[in-house]
Amino acid sequence: MAAPILRRGFPGGRWALVWIHGGCRHRNGAPTGPTHGSTRGRSSVAQQSLQTAQKPRKGEHKWETVVGLEVHAQISSNSKLFSGSKVCFAAPPNSLVSFFDASLPGTLPVLNRRCVEAAVMTGLALNCRINKKSLFDRKHYFYADLPAGYQITQQRLPIAAQGSLKYSICTGQRRSQMVTKTVRIKQIQLEQDSGKSLHDDLRCQTLVDLNRAGVGLLEVVLEPDLCCGEEAATVVRELQLILQALGASQANMAEGQLRVDANISVHHPGEPLGVRTEVKNLNSIRFLAKAIDYEIQRQISELENGGEILNETRSFDHKLGCTVPMRDKEGEQDYRFMPEPNLPPLVLYDTSCLPAGADPQQVINIDRIRDSLPELPSVTRDRLVGEYGMLPEHSFVLLNEVGLLEFFQNVMKETRAEPKKVTNWVLNTFLGYLKQQNLAVSESPVTPSALAELLNLLDRKVISSSAAKQRA
Amino acid sequence: MTSRGLDQQSQGQVRSFGVPVSARPTVSLPVSAPCRWGGCAAPANRVPGSLPRSEIRPIETLGVEALADGPRWLRPCNAGADVDLSAHQSPGPGVDRLNTSIMLGRTLREVSAALKHGQITPTELCQKCLSLIKKTKFLNAYITVSEEVALKQAEESEKRYKQGQSLGDLDGIPVAVKDNFSTSGIETTCASNMLKGYIPPYNATVVQKLLDQGALLMGKTNLDEFAMGSGSTDGVFGAVKNPWSYSKQHREKRPLKPCGDGDGDEDSSWLIAGGSSGGSAAAVAALTCFAALGSDTGGSTRNPAAHCGLVGFKPSYGLVSRHGLIPLVNSMDVPGILTRCVDDTAIVLGILAGHDPKDSTTVQDPVKPFVLPNLTDVSKLCIGIPKEYLVPELSGEVRSLWSQAADLFESQGAKVIEVSLPHTLYSIVCYHVLCTSEVASNMARFDGLQYGHRSAISVSTEAMYAATRREGFNDVVRGRILSGNFFLLKENYENYFIKAQKVRRLIVNDFLNVFNSGVDVLLTPTTLSEAVPYAEFIKEDNRTRSAQDDIFTQAVNMAGLPAVSIPVALSKQGLPVGLQLIGRAFCDQQLLTIAKWFEKQVQFPIIQLQEFMDDYSSVLDNQKLTSVSLQQ
Repeated sequence: MAAPILRRGFPGGRWALVWIHGGCRHRNGAPTGPTHGSTRGRSSVAQQSLQTAQKPRKGEHKWETVVGLEVHAQISSNSKLFSGSKVCFAAPPNSLVSFFDASLPGTLPVLNRRCVEAAVMTGLALNCRINKKSLFDRKHYFYADLPAGYQITQQRLPIAAQGSLKYSICTGQRRSQMVTKTVRIKQIQLEQDSGKSLHDDLRCQTLVDLNRAGVGLLEVVLEPDLCCGEEAATVVRELQLILQALGASQANMAEGQLRVDANISVHHPGEPLGVRTEVKNLNSIRFLAKAIDYEIQRQISELENGGEILNETRSFDHKLGCTVPMRDKEGEQDYRFMPEPNLPPLVLYDTSCLPAGADPQQVINIDRIRDSLPELPSVTRDRLVGEYGMLPEHSFVLLNEVGLLEFFQNVMKETRAEPKKVTNWVLNTFLGYLKQQNLAVSESPVTPSALAELLNLLDRKVISSSAAKQRA
Repeated sequence: MTSRGLDQQSQGQVRSFGVPVSARPTVSLPVSAPCRWGGCAAPANRVPGSLPRSEIRPIETLGVEALADGPRWLRPCNAGADVDLSAHQSPGPGVDRLNTSIMLGRTLREVSAALKHGQITPTELCQKCLSLIKKTKFLNAYITVSEEVALKQAEESEKRYKQGQSLGDLDGIPVAVKDNFSTSGIETTCASNMLKGYIPPYNATVVQKLLDQGALLMGKTNLDEFAMGSGSTDGVFGAVKNPWSYSKQHREKRPLKPCGDGDGDEDSSWLIAGGSSGGSAAAVAALTCFAALGSDTGGSTRNPAAHCGLVGFKPSYGLVSRHGLIPLVNSMDVPGILTRCVDDTAIVLGILAGHDPKDSTTVQDPVKPFVLPNLTDVSKLCIGIPKEYLVPELSGEVRSLWSQAADLFESQGAKVIEVSLPHTLYSIVCYHVLCTSEVASNMARFDGLQYGHRSAISVSTEAMYAATRREGFNDVVRGRILSGNFFLLKENYENYFIKAQKVRRLIVNDFLNVFNSGVDVLLTPTTLSEAVPYAEFIKEDNRTRSAQDDIFTQAVNMAGLPAVSIPVALSKQGLPVGLQLIGRAFCDQQLLTIAKWFEKQVQFPIIQLQEFMDDYSSVLDNQKLTSVSLQQ
């Protein structure tokens, strides 16, 4: 749920800055954020243990941490959730604004079918119960880039609920053991994005761009089942892969298509949950992990020094590497929710309850969407493991690095080399080279064909392994 | 047909309710008299020659029994289709202005026929209406008169008629639209400082539909600010005056104050038009247009219709698009129709009704044109009289007319039964909670950023919001926003909003139960009494007034039912009294068919404005003085 402060974000042009600084807690291949071609510095370095949060530092007590996430994914659709304006990133300001988006009096919302389908797909992919009847609500607050004074969301009865998401993280001393965990999905709701405010403090003015106002969002609310930055980062990366596989969202964090808020609290085992803080507007997976781990440490040291945790909203300052309280003068907001009277309940059908003679354009059949779901990342990984006999963690790396799976598959097509050997070459030699050169897969000077040919030569023992590596 | 003859026949209407004389109210019934209008001597409001056919048709259709009480069906300006004016006029290009001016008092359907026959041209009609709008400016019915637009539309309409390519019944017909419907290129204010100067870039669907049919948009009519009120007294452009204040019928009957024409007392005694669509009602009642759009959230179309002697129709929720109607309460708002007879309402409804892809709450089912049959037999009808509507505040006259109307249905063979809507008692409170909550939400968009008023105070965005809303909204609007936000607070939501929603469900079920028990329509009063003088009206605040005045009308909005107010008679003060018929959801056609039959029985008289027209200039002079002080 977007709240006013959410939109104190980086204006478009500044996203790139976010990526310049290195330093990441994740092991090689762990989620590294942007899929943007021009981003740099994504090399991952295994760092200190992630379990710091649970280690007693000063006091004798151990601390348990509770982390919950709210993920906003912009739906990939031609037009907005309730209006006909186009959805397009980086269009000239206020060029994609319909009368409804500008909240001209008398305009009414009309639900975009595509957005509903994207929500159903995502719900199914996340093992949710799809609600055959869901409702829309208004959430009120005043903010310059929320022209209607309220956001249409699904507070009472969302489109999907009670799902789960499996993710794998590495544990053990050398971080070589994969452990599969599950995070519960509380609900998925359809809602409107807000516009963007650009604050010009110098001239004391705020510029508002409504291009984003009314774009469809999927808000995925996760139960607080996580305990550290790495888990959160892994979950978000997995969700990102799923959304991209479904085509439900481009989920490009650099373009703000995937935004995460994290709720964090700490407590002693056996004691009630601590007061939580919310870190808003996390726009890269790397910063998400950093922000959560920082916030956990901050809360622990605060409490150990006799301080108290305020129920507040904080933001992550990526330059300082710490979280800071956000300006939130009004304190606790009362959003004064009420039913959106201009939208009838959203009713979905499955094959068993499809009304006879229903116009297919007027109804959404959950079963048909289920049947047409694409292969999900977990299935792809299982397939890679089964088909090529690779280690599960290798399958993770192949999927997590943007474009790497496709590269691998193209090499496989053109070489007679052993899959294991290809995997080894792609993941170690090729990827290592890219990291060293700070390149994305798409920027690689080595084409799949070239690598395939090289592996063929190697296979026929025309060249030696070390010569091949040099060539590469 | 002489006016004398009319008088005599009109007398018969006293017995039109078919009740014993002793039970009859002391209502004054219409007389038609010669009028002098714009220097043209002619019978007021009607074209000589239409009467004989009107007279004959009902006799043919009503059957012998109907004659028992005398010729009460006589409704010169309304009856039968295809009024043939040509028999008494020379058709063709040389139609003289005298007749055009007379046209103004006729019904939409009759004027439409005259346009088709070439007896008048759209431009002539338009000019006449514009001129009357100017003459009746002191009524304050219009906020904006779209003279240029109307004349241009008339010109185009005229071309179409010349080429034999008329767009239909509405082509060339002057209409007015309440100033809370968006009109492309024409200022739309909601009678609020907040939207002064706001020119929408699009047309409301209903406005577009009227224009697509060739209707001429005369202007935007006055209302209570954001349609919040029941008198059309609380808008930033001042109160609307009820044209009946100046009618011969009222002037002859009103409690006597010695007031010569042009006397200063003139303005203190004028009556409210009802609201919130009072401007639309006044515009139609003063004959400046043939139909007008109102909006109806708690009775805002039916109430002024009753006070101005018009047919005021609230369609079923979902039948007519709300797209472009600046909302009061989205879940109850419907565009309303104000006309001088039921058939005219049906014509307009036929054009407006139907699914709108821009309004998700409109029904998908295709809508047929609303053609109303002439009902000859009401014996199969069951009319419900809700006992809870007999409240102590109801005036004796209205109560008496209500009971006579029931008797009328019964005497014509209909089954009339007392029914109970047990939750009526809670309706107005429930309405208050739901209405203010939605108002609080709907008004949130008026922050001065995108459109409308913006305060000069700019120390911070928040300060600008606060000042803008303080300056832009009147006390009534601010009061409703405040209470609505209170009801929506987390700690109050359950106790107020949710509870009110539950009560709303009970009210809906009340109606369902009654209709399921075999009742076809409910017959109720529309208002507690006839229109009251402005000075009287403002003694109570808007909230009290709205709560009182919406008593018979708002439950219908909560249930989304169709309802129509039909003018039935003049009170002893010579003022219109309306009764309401409520139908089953989406049985709008059945409701209007019964309403048409009822209308034909009661023979409501036509407003006679000639007296004030004779000395309108003196009225106008007074207005100039008073308007200054009134609008302070």
